[in-house]
Amino acid sequence: MAVLIDKNTRVLVQGITGREGAFHTRQMLEYGTQIVAGVTPGKGGQEVLGVPVFDTVRQAVEATGADASVIFVPAPFAADAVLEAADAGVRLVVCITEGIPVQDMVKTVALVRQKGVRLIGANCPGIITAGQCKIGILPGGIFTPGPVGLVSRSGTLTYEIVDLLTKAGLGQSTCIGIGGDPVLGSTFVDLLPLFEEDPDTQAVVLVGEIGGSDEEIAAEYIRTMHKPVIGFISGRTAPPGKRMGHAGAIISGRTGTPQAKVDALRSAGVPVADALYEIPTLVKHALGSQI
Amino acid sequence: MKIHEYQAKEVLARYGVAVPRGRVASTPEEARAIAESLGGRVVVKAQVHAGGRGKAGGIRLADTPTQAEEHARALIGSRLGTPQAPQGVPVHKVLIEEALAIAQEYYLGITLDRAKQRDVVMVSALGGMDIEQVAEEHPEAIVKVWIEPWQGLMPYQARQALYDAGIAREAVPTATRFLLALYKAYAGSDASLAEINPFVLTADGQCLAADAKLNIDDNALFRHPEFSTYKEESEEDPIEAEAHRRGIQYVRLGGDIGIIGNGAGLVMSTLDEVSRAGGRPANFLDIGGGAKADLVRNALEIVLMDPNVKGVLFNVFGGITRGDEVAKGILEGIRSLEVKVPIVIRLAGTRAEEGLALLQGTELIPAVTMQEAARKIVEVTC
Repeated sequence: MAVLIDKNTRVLVQGITGREGAFHTRQMLEYGTQIVAGVTPGKGGQEVLGVPVFDTVRQAVEATGADASVIFVPAPFAADAVLEAADAGVRLVVCITEGIPVQDMVKTVALVRQKGVRLIGANCPGIITAGQCKIGILPGGIFTPGPVGLVSRSGTLTYEIVDLLTKAGLGQSTCIGIGGDPVLGSTFVDLLPLFEEDPDTQAVVLVGEIGGSDEEIAAEYIRTMHKPVIGFISGRTAPPGKRMGHAGAIISGRTGTPQAKVDALRSAGVPVADALYEIPTLVKHALGSQI
Repeated sequence: MKIHEYQAKEVLARYGVAVPRGRVASTPEEARAIAESLGGRVVVKAQVHAGGRGKAGGIRLADTPTQAEEHARALIGSRLGTPQAPQGVPVHKVLIEEALAIAQEYYLGITLDRAKQRDVVMVSALGGMDIEQVAEEHPEAIVKVWIEPWQGLMPYQARQALYDAGIAREAVPTATRFLLALYKAYAGSDASLAEINPFVLTADGQCLAADAKLNIDDNALFRHPEFSTYKEESEEDPIEAEAHRRGIQYVRLGGDIGIIGNGAGLVMSTLDEVSRAGGRPANFLDIGGGAKADLVRNALEIVLMDPNVKGVLFNVFGGITRGDEVAKGILEGIRSLEVKVPIVIRLAGTRAEEGLALLQGTELIPAVTMQEAARKIVEVTC
């Protein structure tokens, strides 16, 4: 399988009866994702687009064998929804919800890591294995199967880059939006090893942004990788102390500066694009020089 | 959300953190009355968010109530230029506090360690200085202890950190109670930062928060109605305040090219691209996912509130956001707002073609790529 999901992944949707949940369930079904169940407490027994709805995640997993969950539950209840999924035995949880309190995520991430459950997000666009399975809100139409993996802190920027790659004839294996919050279920360094091991991926694009030190930590791991990684950092002109939309995108004091990230990646041998349109050229170069 | 020192001290006091006696004043007369009721020497402290206010003259000692009134008169209504905000921030209120007989100045801080994905407590005997400077010059002088998420800060951890940092031994029991109360306040109010600098040991053996900084996680405000009164005062830029009232993510940056896009990462990259093309972005504005025409119109109105804006760049890559909705919003905006500046628009993704069709025959300048859009807006505004 590609990274984390493929055509056999059985997905349940938490919050399926909500506006966002129902809309994206339709989009995911149209992409070919196997949506096997939905969960909304109190609405068990109903159906949404032919998908059976359950009151609890445990009931849904027992009845359908779902192994992945995607969460469209409002922020005040989202951390509880992640923990419910982790407790019910799914191996992958993708949390789309934006605006979850940081302290909720600190606790939730600590627990899911301890349980060995893979959490993507929160505040993320989701994950897609091109041509096989889409979990989340990414626009399916721009993706095309191929050898390039992508892992990104930003949603729309991912779409922009994927569009550039596709137009340059570079298809994608798996693309993951890890989310824009300060505390995430999976960081770059959690996911890069999966791309390194994935036979369908030949090169990885890493899309970082200002704030935190995940890119610097990733750079250390990249030194040990065999596959080429191409980098991009957004927010290169953002002023310190101003939060740029994402809760995680803020240069505080001397940490999180774009230059530190670019320098760390370059010193690990990663070509870093200064502008988006340079990415396909760098990817082609990396793929060409690989064998 | 950043809150003022006097607000932070109100919150901390509720959790049992020891703070000096004092009250906030909005007028010189109030300042005098508070100084009279406190008795003795007082400190008059400008309530602004920027750090380094002491060096900028924002903290003044007063021996008498008359002097306190004079200091308050000089500060209230003035703009305080600090190293962190050289253009100056307006002072609306001053905090009048008893002057402390300081024996030692220490540092206490609690914040999120993003890399370790848990909170960290920091203790240093080198208080009163910029902690980042301490971290750079004397990293060994900052003792750190990480907090188990489901457990919280334990008394032994607080004790250990205080002893290791070299806090006066006789003060450690009192300082431990102080630090545990500070952690309770941090966790209980969903703070992203709680910083006491200086953390003061007085001549008579008390531990007090001479200064206090408390930042609250915006995402958690829904469960803290008690902070809603602080929200208003946390905004310093009137356009940012108006944008946030309308639920729009807007940050003013000081240049002359208005930027509107969808998704934080894409908007940040658009700012970068405009800067590369030689322009100066006036703002960051993210319309988010799935924006309707009405929101787009609102966004345009917000950007145009900045009188420096000489042109606007729209950069939208539609996923769940639809290009035709964006186009409708722009058209409504142009109709109702009497737009006098050029607008460059780059639409891609979901329903982009329908959107562009709607915009045909208008004076809007279309662009195919982000790079081209950045170049065009710089051309027409310089």
